[in-house]
Amino acid sequence: MTVRLRRALPYLGIALVTVYCLAPFYWMVVSAFRRPQDQFDTTIVPARWSVDNFTAVFGADNGFGRALLNSLIVAGTTTVLTLVVGVFTAYALARLTFPFKNAVLGIIIATTMFPGISQLVPLLKLFTDIGWINTYQAMILPSLGFALPLTVWMLTAFFRQLPFELEQAAMVDGCTRGQAFRKIIVPLAAPGVFTTAIITFIAAWNEFIIALSVVNAKEMETATVAIAKFTGISGHDQPFGTQMAAGVIVTVPLVVVVLIFQRRIVAGLTAGGVK
Amino acid sequence: MATTVENRPDARTPAAAASRRHRSPERRDRRLAALLLSPTMLVLALVVGYPVLAGFRESLFTRGQELDADGFVIEGERFVGLDNYTAIFTGDRADAFWNAFFNTTFFTFTTVLLETAIGVAMALIMHQAFRGRAIVRAGILVPWAIPTAISGLLWRWIFQHDGAANAVLRQEILWTADGFAAKGAVIIAEVWKTSPFIGLLVLAGLQLIPREVHEAARVDGASAWQRFWQITLPLVKPALLVAVLFRMLDVLRMFDLPAVLIGVNKDSVETLTMISWFEASNLRYGSAAAYATVLFAYIAVLAYLFVRLLGADIIGEARQAVGKRGRARA
Repeated sequence: MTVRLRRALPYLGIALVTVYCLAPFYWMVVSAFRRPQDQFDTTIVPARWSVDNFTAVFGADNGFGRALLNSLIVAGTTTVLTLVVGVFTAYALARLTFPFKNAVLGIIIATTMFPGISQLVPLLKLFTDIGWINTYQAMILPSLGFALPLTVWMLTAFFRQLPFELEQAAMVDGCTRGQAFRKIIVPLAAPGVFTTAIITFIAAWNEFIIALSVVNAKEMETATVAIAKFTGISGHDQPFGTQMAAGVIVTVPLVVVVLIFQRRIVAGLTAGGVK
Repeated sequence: MATTVENRPDARTPAAAASRRHRSPERRDRRLAALLLSPTMLVLALVVGYPVLAGFRESLFTRGQELDADGFVIEGERFVGLDNYTAIFTGDRADAFWNAFFNTTFFTFTTVLLETAIGVAMALIMHQAFRGRAIVRAGILVPWAIPTAISGLLWRWIFQHDGAANAVLRQEILWTADGFAAKGAVIIAEVWKTSPFIGLLVLAGLQLIPREVHEAARVDGASAWQRFWQITLPLVKPALLVAVLFRMLDVLRMFDLPAVLIGVNKDSVETLTMISWFEASNLRYGSAAAYATVLFAYIAVLAYLFVRLLGADIIGEARQAVGKRGRARA
């Protein structure tokens, strides 16, 4: 009996961990599927399932479809730009020897230390002066500052794991460094770059304070801001059912991606070691 | 430092083009490195470096709120020296500042402590069980993947006065009103979101420890507790320190969660970022920038102390850990 209990213990622990992580998320999903009139029920399963909340999310006055599109544009562009810029830097940090290498790495990591707000105040003023309020670039550019250090750090870790011998062999065989990079590194690094892209995209998709501050027109709001503003971030009568439904719409694609690429994302996060 | 690296190619261009063929590979590496690094350094200089400097400058100015001797509004910016800073520490908003300062520190201390403890416990559990680990790892990523603003709403919903939390506890706690319970709500929500993540990083660290080390200790008669304190913990320390440092830096600038869960301008959860954001959204840029600069200085001091006291070389240790992992995989 005690042996059996001992064997069961880790699985009990696993169940505990899973419930801890998933119960609040489950509550969001369940609340989203309740009928609006059952909203305040606290039963674990809704008495009657309904998609009323979801129809309400896409109601004309919320402009939620547009908000999703905005999020996609902002997060997508941020991801592509950081990857394009970050790949070269990461390659240099992982493969080349040059003076001040540690200092450069230190500077890049140190930038993750800056509180977003100290970046936001001057940028907000600048964007007001040059008429960038309510534009995509006003959301994308500051996001680069958050995303780039993380991307460089993760990609550097990935590049370091690739066997250097392959590249050297290619160069001995007459490839230039550029060719070796294109023909050897790029295909080998593709999974790492893809993983970094997912993580960067999720981080950019979750961004809130910039999007909240540099945009005041409804049609330019990103999804996270739009949901929080369904009645304003300090409003009183919150339409929780609608908010939970919107929350489900915004998170479920991420959760699905996370489930599919779980192994890779874990590798990326632990390689990056941060955030 | 950034400028040294960036300037390198320009400084050498005329001579460099002529003598490219005679270059040693080492110098070619340097040139290439400068070329490859400059885009990142340029972007960071523009979107992080410039704003931080401009913010500091901004914090020394005020604009358009003052009346002159004849009762006219003074237009434009006016240099006020350190007035914005003195206003923070001693003005009529000093109480608000110290409150926000206390909240920020309190949140940082409690959440990092709790999430480290829970995260390490989670990692130990996951390390034990072999089957089902993939499912848990996926499940653990769910809180991380949910946008903080959305999880703020989710917890606001859970912490309604007639919501799930009170139903489970059979209590009538006013979580989302402005009181001590609101602090608790923020801490619970933050710990939920981030402790699985620490667990994940520690689990990665645990998997690097060779099994034999533990077995040898067991043979030598070390108890489970001793094995944990004297073998496991020291060996995962580098990974754990990096995780804790970055979590700390993250909580110190917390905004989304308390802003959405409780609301802005609420005493019990107002953080330094929130106070600065509030000033900026009321167009008091000088004062907002001063708050941001104070927060920045505070973060820098804490980070410095942390690195000094706990890990002499966090970056180096992290790199070593990455290197080890690379070898372990290969």
